[in-house]
Amino acid sequence: MMMVFAAAAAAIAISMLMVLIRLFAGPTLYDRVLALNTFGTMTVLMIGILGFLTERPEFLDIALLYALINFVGTIAILKFLRYRDLGQEGKEAGSEGDA
Amino acid sequence: MDFDLSLLLDIASGISFAIGAFFLLVGSFGMIRMPDFFARLHAAGVVDTLGVEFLLLGMLFQAGLTIVAVKLLLIGLFIFLTSPTGTHAVAHAAYVAGLRPQSSKKPSKSKQKKGA
Repeated sequence: MMMVFAAAAAAIAISMLMVLIRLFAGPTLYDRVLALNTFGTMTVLMIGILGFLTERPEFLDIALLYALINFVGTIAILKFLRYRDLGQEGKEAGSEGDA
Repeated sequence: MDFDLSLLLDIASGISFAIGAFFLLVGSFGMIRMPDFFARLHAAGVVDTLGVEFLLLGMLFQAGLTIVAVKLLLIGLFIFLTSPTGTHAVAHAAYVAGLRPQSSKKPSKSKQKKGA
């Protein structure tokens, strides 16, 4: 079964390389954002497969966290690209000090 | 009756890995070869739905009924929910910024809308 996991890891690695080509060569900014999102999704799979390959599937906690951070990061990049601002001035007074 | 369940699970897992790896490679190859940004979105959708879910299904067959299976199901649920949302956000941002599909008749210029 280790061979199957290794083959899946190799397929994910080749796919990540192909997505990296698009990330570096993308003509527009949105191509790069899309490639980054797909690359993050493949990273989640890679962490899971490597956890099974080393027989320690507890690595999946990290994969779960990475899936969430990947989504939030994509939305934050798009919001910043559109508004040039992440909305810091709109926070309520008294919640916390100015960071 | 000696019915070997683990062999059956290994076969199901291998088939799922093969299908998932195929869709992953096809999708990422399409992200290189597609001519247009909106066509590349289509290729990225193949990776995010079929490729990821089949690979997670293959891992789920190997996990058994443990906490690892719950974590795999949670990862699958999150990717299933967030990946179309992220793809839609990227497409909408590109459209608002003035990017148009290659086959579009209109010239590629930025359209000023007030609500969206």
